[in-house]
Amino acid sequence: MHPSRSFEPKNGFVKWFDQQLPILTVLHGALVAYPTPKNLNYWWSFGSLAGFMLAVQIVTGIILAMHYTPHVDYAFNSVEHIMRNVNYGWLIRYVHQNGASFFFIVVYIHIFRGLYYGSYKAPRELLWMLGLVIYLLMMATAFMGYVLPWGQMSFWAATVITNLFSAVPLVGDAIVTFLWGGFSVDNPTLNRFFSLHYVLPFVIAAVAILHIWALHIPGSNNPLGIEVKGPQDQIDFHPYHTAKDLFMLSVLLIVFMGVVFYAPNYLSHADNYIPADPLVTPAHITPDWYFLPFYAILRAVPDILFIEAKLAGVIAMFAAILLLFALPWLDKSPVRSGTFRPLFKQFYWLLVIDVIVLGFAGARPAEGAWLIAGQVGTVYYFVHFLVILPLLSRIEKTRPLPESISQSVLSKQASA
Amino acid sequence: MKKTATILASLVIATGLAAPALAASDKADPISPPGGWSFQGILGAHYDREAAQRGFQVYKEVCASCHGLNQVAFRTLEDIGFTEEEVKAIAADYFVPGDPDEFGDPTERPAIPADIKPDPYPNEEAAAFANNGAIPPDLSLIVKARAGGADYLYSLLTGYRDPTEEELAHMAEQGLAMPDTAYFNPYKAGQVIAMAPPLMEGIVEYAEGQPEATVEQMAYDVTTFLAWTAEPKLEERKEIGFRFMVLLFILCGLLFFSYRRVAKRVMDH
Ligand code: HEC
Ligand code: HEM
Repeated sequence: MHPSRSFEPKNGFVKWFDQQLPILTVLHGALVAYPTPKNLNYWWSFGSLAGFMLAVQIVTGIILAMHYTPHVDYAFNSVEHIMRNVNYGWLIRYVHQNGASFFFIVVYIHIFRGLYYGSYKAPRELLWMLGLVIYLLMMATAFMGYVLPWGQMSFWAATVITNLFSAVPLVGDAIVTFLWGGFSVDNPTLNRFFSLHYVLPFVIAAVAILHIWALHIPGSNNPLGIEVKGPQDQIDFHPYHTAKDLFMLSVLLIVFMGVVFYAPNYLSHADNYIPADPLVTPAHITPDWYFLPFYAILRAVPDILFIEAKLAGVIAMFAAILLLFALPWLDKSPVRSGTFRPLFKQFYWLLVIDVIVLGFAGARPAEGAWLIAGQVGTVYYFVHFLVILPLLSRIEKTRPLPESISQSVLSKQASA
Repeated sequence: MKKTATILASLVIATGLAAPALAASDKADPISPPGGWSFQGILGAHYDREAAQRGFQVYKEVCASCHGLNQVAFRTLEDIGFTEEEVKAIAADYFVPGDPDEFGDPTERPAIPADIKPDPYPNEEAAAFANNGAIPPDLSLIVKARAGGADYLYSLLTGYRDPTEEELAHMAEQGLAMPDTAYFNPYKAGQVIAMAPPLMEGIVEYAEGQPEATVEQMAYDVTTFLAWTAEPKLEERKEIGFRFMVLLFILCGLLFFSYRRVAKRVMDH
């Protein structure tokens, strides 16, 4: 059942158009004829879902920007104006607000899929790194978006996070003043954050195109982590994956819209419904949930030798992310999929638990048992990537790999 | 990876369940009024119109002297069942800045439904001066701006009492004392609040045929009203949401079966 591998339009106009600008050929190659391994499971749908969430954020964001006012005196009220007076403004706003969370949920699943199946290994290192670039851009975008409603959490999160840069030796304060456009988080800060928050999603879209381009060179990895041996191992993207991804999209929408309609403020902080007040510091300043593990790492680190805690924390936090760029060279096991790596598999789940514990630690004040949990979690995070993974690739005895994808699929069908 | 899915799902659920436990301590957990709120739940969630209207009366006659409501235009009061005429009359009780007169001097005019009620104080300094240094917050969004939401507000308004010996001792331990100008309220973060108990029996008289204005009844009513000011589109949201979700479930089922058919067709090949 292969649709024609190449795009052969019958309509004269389409033919003429595509000859001069072969966009349709490119799209056909990506969405119809792209050959994928036969054995991809549901976790492989999360790339498409991430693309969908990006589109949702861009569309709702553009509509919000038509009614939003980026000024310290009006921002909060303009968001309330959207909620109260704009037609379906409440829907657009809640979709955008919760859409950020669901974008991160989808991307975290996408990343942890890659971690489990070794999708970061050769020949997909660049693909992995482009994904990480997207992730970094997403974090910057989400952080700046959080500031725009100019509630108490907006203001204080902006203050705390930008202040981190003051830890940089010598030029720290100058950097912070430069970021703020003044001597405190104020109107210039809000204006530049709005400008950047508007443009970064389009940069993300561009990097996502590179990401998918880089995917289509080697093709998708698969749950067995073995190479595709020939057409018998493969299936065309359409109609199999279009049907599958559409089904997964409807599942995502049920959860996502369920939250939008019935618990739209569950994932956010009540304090952000209080207008920003530079004179009143909230009792606990917390970022949105998707930053919590990194927030825990930031606050876990004490003074180290001559480096003061603040700087050390900042270094650790950035290192925790940048480390992932080196992952393809830290984990040198020739076997990709965790399915055939009994030891790796256990440490993988330990890492998942570790990140969740870090998330909880990040939500609490950095004191007592939770500070210790955050510190243990931080150490384990680095040990996992810097010690355990390199070691495992040497000592682990992996299970035998199946002959080929199609054989494994056939034997599965036979046993079912 | 089926096991994976189960483990992940249970982790996610555990995370969700544990989240409320994150709330800071040092204050009592808010209680719900008997019978809960009319605007809770999925099906038939609505603002009890009579309670909301009585709540507006409580707000207007009690809270409005200290608290603003600066997100709420008079015209929107029609949403909780006031008639157009009633809204006009309510608005006309207030004066707002008008256009300059022929000499260029500022003027005042009676408010119209499109206006917003003027704030009780001209500025924060005046608000603080009149309230022993504390500033009464605007109440438009208060129900969404506090963890616990409507339950919190209801508990706060009905929860004033004298502290027990133990509570006083606990406060003293932390180096706190009950200031003369503040009141004990177990539900407030820190348990001390600068607002005197605003509600007492008889402060408001409800119209004929309405329930008696007990403290609990007034608290219930004004909370219903302020829940509406905080989330005026809740009814629309939940109603549209229900239809949308039903359609989504149907769509999801259809997409699942079409995926299975496609899979069977192309995989067997
Ligand atoms: C005499 C003036 C006054 C009146 C009348 C009044 N309040 Fe207050 N209210 C205050 C002040 C002052 C504060 C600030 C308290 C503080 O910060 O400790 C406050 C705070 C509040 C808070 C915020 C509590 C918190 O969690 O921070 C709520 C809610 C509130 N009032 C509701 C009401 C309601 C409802 C009414 C009418 C039934 C009302 N108030 C009547 C003066 C008043
Ligand atoms: C805007 C955000 C993103 C979009 C739109 C996106 C899109 C996609 C799509 C459509 C695929 C193919 C389907 C699939 O294999 O799931 C894919 C694959 C992949 N993505 Fe992403 N992605 C995003 C972010 C990321 C991030 C943050 C990472 C990791 C750091 C990442 C790593 C990968 C990897 C390794 C693959 C290949 C997986 C395999 O074949 O096994 N992506 N991406």
